[in-house]
Amino acid sequence: METNKSEIRLMKGNEALAEAAIRAGLDAYFGYPITPQSEVLEYLTLEIPKRRGIVLQAESEVASINMIYGAAGAGARVMTSSSSPGMSLMQEGISYIAAAELPCLLVNVVRGGPGLGTIQPSQGDYFQATKGGGHGDYRLIVLAPSSVQEMCDFVFDGFKLAEKYRNPTLILSDGALGQMMEKVEFPGDGSLPHQIPAWATTGKKGRERNFITSLHMEPERMEEINLHLQRKYKEIEENEVRYETFEIDDAEIVLVAFGLPARICQKTVELARAKGIKAGLVRPITLFPFPKKIISDLSKKIDRFLVVELNAGQMVEDVMLAANGNCPVHFKGRMGGMLIQPEEVLEEIEKIVEESLTLNAGQE
Amino acid sequence: MYTTDEIIIAGFGGQGVLSMGKILAYSAMIENKETSWMPSYGPEMRGGTANCITIISENKISSPIVSKFDSAIILNQPSMNKFEDHVKEHGFLFYEASTIINPPTREDIMVYKIAAIEEANKIGQKQISNMIMLGAFLEIKPLVKRETVLLALKKVLPERHHHLIAVNEQALLRGKELVEINYHVSV
Repeated sequence: METNKSEIRLMKGNEALAEAAIRAGLDAYFGYPITPQSEVLEYLTLEIPKRRGIVLQAESEVASINMIYGAAGAGARVMTSSSSPGMSLMQEGISYIAAAELPCLLVNVVRGGPGLGTIQPSQGDYFQATKGGGHGDYRLIVLAPSSVQEMCDFVFDGFKLAEKYRNPTLILSDGALGQMMEKVEFPGDGSLPHQIPAWATTGKKGRERNFITSLHMEPERMEEINLHLQRKYKEIEENEVRYETFEIDDAEIVLVAFGLPARICQKTVELARAKGIKAGLVRPITLFPFPKKIISDLSKKIDRFLVVELNAGQMVEDVMLAANGNCPVHFKGRMGGMLIQPEEVLEEIEKIVEESLTLNAGQE
Repeated sequence: MYTTDEIIIAGFGGQGVLSMGKILAYSAMIENKETSWMPSYGPEMRGGTANCITIISENKISSPIVSKFDSAIILNQPSMNKFEDHVKEHGFLFYEASTIINPPTREDIMVYKIAAIEEANKIGQKQISNMIMLGAFLEIKPLVKRETVLLALKKVLPERHHHLIAVNEQALLRGKELVEINYHVSV
């Protein structure tokens, strides 16, 4: 197979992510199968033995994440992936990894919950992804792809960010993005060089001992570590915010959506504009750090936001915080693995616009 | 001639519904068009209904999920019940003759009834009824060239199955003939 130059292929999101990981110089993958994410492990199991790296199906998600902890501590470039229930099992390990400041790439191909739920797409894990997930005050860097191309690109970005900040990065995908096929262009092998970092526990030969732990018995020391982590998260918030906008210049109602629903909403904006409704779209790409400033700036000049998510309303809370009461924030969601249609969002826009007109008429 | 065509292909699992969409998407990619393929997936694939949305466009595709379609290729009755109303006005609906008991009743769309399973049995390869449907579809909606479809098959099929490409070509051509001679149109 030709792998050392850029090429275009038609692939499922999960396969594109797996291929990208190999090209990004993945040293080791540890994981456990779960729908709708299993193609990642399947693809890596077929490809890695022919190319380079280690792929291992662990006995559980708990084992996988602890293998990630160990391998990341030894300075390897490592990744695991799962879907919602499996990610829940990993949360203890993720908290340890965040506390020990180890870089790694985590991938959640979210399915409908809570519980075992369904195997269809959802965004019900936004809180878990962006607000910690496990115990203690920590954050993941969270990237939300909306195309198969980004399922590839964000693997590279994810490793870069994880290694720059010594912090786990999470790609928050969903079942539909994992299963759908689109064109994807891959960079060649070797475009993301990696050296074993100086802090790695590689065996103490002619140097001071390196020590990786998340256990500190003195609360004074633990507070210092917390303060350091918070400074790091602040720095990430200052430097790494990413988002996209569509038709916002003269917009009166701005949709906010991440991942696949952002593309559904882009179609809604096109449909709304055709009907003379001045709609626009903000698509957060990083969910942590959340793009607060663009939301805050827009909140002072637009009539209202409509947040669209495949959950009961999670990111909407971050939009409300950033809008800070400057304008109304509406919400439309589907749950349990149901997708939303562009026309369904358009109906919601029309309903909101009509209600506001009635309300204004009443006030006059 | 077109900018975007949003296609739903639906039937039972095992009828080649998902493959049909994949082959269309591969062909579109080979012709440097934009394309997306969105399967419905889940336990319903095993013997139940299966469908996929394939979009082929000259422009970047915003939503890969749509609820109104330019074209529908329907291979069983439950899918007909579900999707007949989702074809856009002046859209195209292709259906397999022997699996549909209640034919579509819409008068604002173009309807093509294709005896794909019967023809596949005549050729002696039951599995290629989907390619007969695809041949009929492409004759009316030439979104990609037939030669490109054959090229796509070469890419998708493992080498040990390449001897089947000839019979697939025969199926595509049979579909084209069927729609030429034997179609039912209501406008």
